[in-house]
Amino acid sequence: MTLIAELPKQATLPSGPHLLQAGRWIAARASGALPLLLPVTIVVAWQMASSLGLIGNRLMPAPVDVARAFWHKASSGDLAIDILASGQRALSGLLVGGSIGFLLGLANGVSKLSHQLTDTTLQMLRTIPNLALIPLVILWFGIGEEAKLFLTALGVFFPIYLNTLHGVRNVDPQLIEMGRVYGMNGWTLFRKVIFPGALPSIFVGLRFSLGIMWLTLIVAESMAASSGIGHMANTAREFMMTDVVVLALVIYALLGKLADWIAKTLESLTLQWHPAFQKPEKK
Amino acid sequence: MSEIINPVRKTTVWGKEIEPEFLPRPVRGDAPARGVGIRLEGVEKSFGDVTVLRGIDLEVPEGQFLAIVGKSGCGKSTLLRLLVGLDEVSGGTIAFTDGGRVTKPNSRIVFQEPRLLPWAKVGDNVAVGLGERVGRAERSERVRAALSEVQLTEKVAEWPARLSGGQRQRVALARALVSQPDFLALDEPLGALDALTRITMQGLVERVWREQKFTALFVTHDVAEAVALADRVIVLDEGRIALDVAVNHERPRERGAADLAELEGRLLKAIFA
Repeated sequence: MTLIAELPKQATLPSGPHLLQAGRWIAARASGALPLLLPVTIVVAWQMASSLGLIGNRLMPAPVDVARAFWHKASSGDLAIDILASGQRALSGLLVGGSIGFLLGLANGVSKLSHQLTDTTLQMLRTIPNLALIPLVILWFGIGEEAKLFLTALGVFFPIYLNTLHGVRNVDPQLIEMGRVYGMNGWTLFRKVIFPGALPSIFVGLRFSLGIMWLTLIVAESMAASSGIGHMANTAREFMMTDVVVLALVIYALLGKLADWIAKTLESLTLQWHPAFQKPEKK
Repeated sequence: MSEIINPVRKTTVWGKEIEPEFLPRPVRGDAPARGVGIRLEGVEKSFGDVTVLRGIDLEVPEGQFLAIVGKSGCGKSTLLRLLVGLDEVSGGTIAFTDGGRVTKPNSRIVFQEPRLLPWAKVGDNVAVGLGERVGRAERSERVRAALSEVQLTEKVAEWPARLSGGQRQRVALARALVSQPDFLALDEPLGALDALTRITMQGLVERVWREQKFTALFVTHDVAEAVALADRVIVLDEGRIALDVAVNHERPRERGAADLAELEGRLLKAIFA
């Protein structure tokens, strides 16, 4: 009698908390890995479909083939050269277009005259897709590096310009008034009030323009190039090497994600004051 | 400088038992007046066709605590903005005097909203009041002293977003005090606070003024607040001074005392006349 009464007690009581703890542990790990769940599932399903012959290898290579292509390209050193070439183009386009957009956004946000002079023109230019300029750009610059730089810089320019302008114009006028009463003027007012106030919006512009940067670059590199990811994909297409084509796409996706991650990290480092970026207080 | 940390949760402020967020420490003693005197002659202000102030003549002695009350739209905030130089007069003159000589005042303002820079820590926000020319060591020393005036020394490295409304307004007060102004304008500084915080903040403002004796201009729509704090209360009505009374009661004042209540009644009558 005692045996029957006591057995369940011993069996359930200690294991209860353990089970709970284990559950919590799994939940904590799972929530960290949750964003990866979908991509991993897709890759696994893709591999299975390829192995079962559901997807023709000529049109769509299996993930294993893509991995093999990666290994092949990486070990020969071609991949590093191509990534470096593309990265260089992306970065210089971002620097040129981004800094022009940033400066014009600031100028037009602060000065009425500058805004009246240039904003309408810029807004009109904005409605033209930058890729529609390709024929003209080829006539102007040929098919060399200048053309790629021009297209990328132009694509990057508008999101940064618009969001910088928006950010500067939306700085709390009460804070600007406070700054003036407390003796700030010109550079000090800009450094302490206007720029930090516009920064969240500038970051939104930066992240937008990173997307456009990669997009423009893909098109510009497939136009004509002797190096770069786009060049790699284009050459592979001519030899029907679908695995390399897909590898190029994967690398674009990874580079895009990397750029976004860098922007996000910068954002959370510089916007620590913002309630949206503050970690909940430790009690 | 030692801070008094009150272990008692409930206390009596001006005859009312309250449970405050913080308590102003007691006054260390009245300082001699060091503020500027202010003389207004025929001051007018209009915005386009709208005349807000019509011929204000006013003489404020050095170190006086002057409160201005009135209905909204009576011109009290406009008068304050003229005095701190946020707007220009349309007519008449404003002169600041020090010992009879005309001087340029070191004036500071506390707004109804704290207007702290959200991207600067509390200490850096207070340092805004010092301007650019103060050296690093002196800066942090004076910021500390100003924060200890408002009893917030421990929040020096905190983001403003983490503070309560009352604490933010205390930081704004510290920012105004850190340069040791001789004229302090307060534009309904307690208007956005809850009733309890208001009472303790009034005590804080009074204590700071008694210890530093700058000339204070306190704009409010709360007559009881004006009577509790000021040496002198002016009622503005349609851009003119409708009533000008001295409040000679001893400090700290007992809230709801009969003679103060009588004065309050007179002021309210003048406002709604």
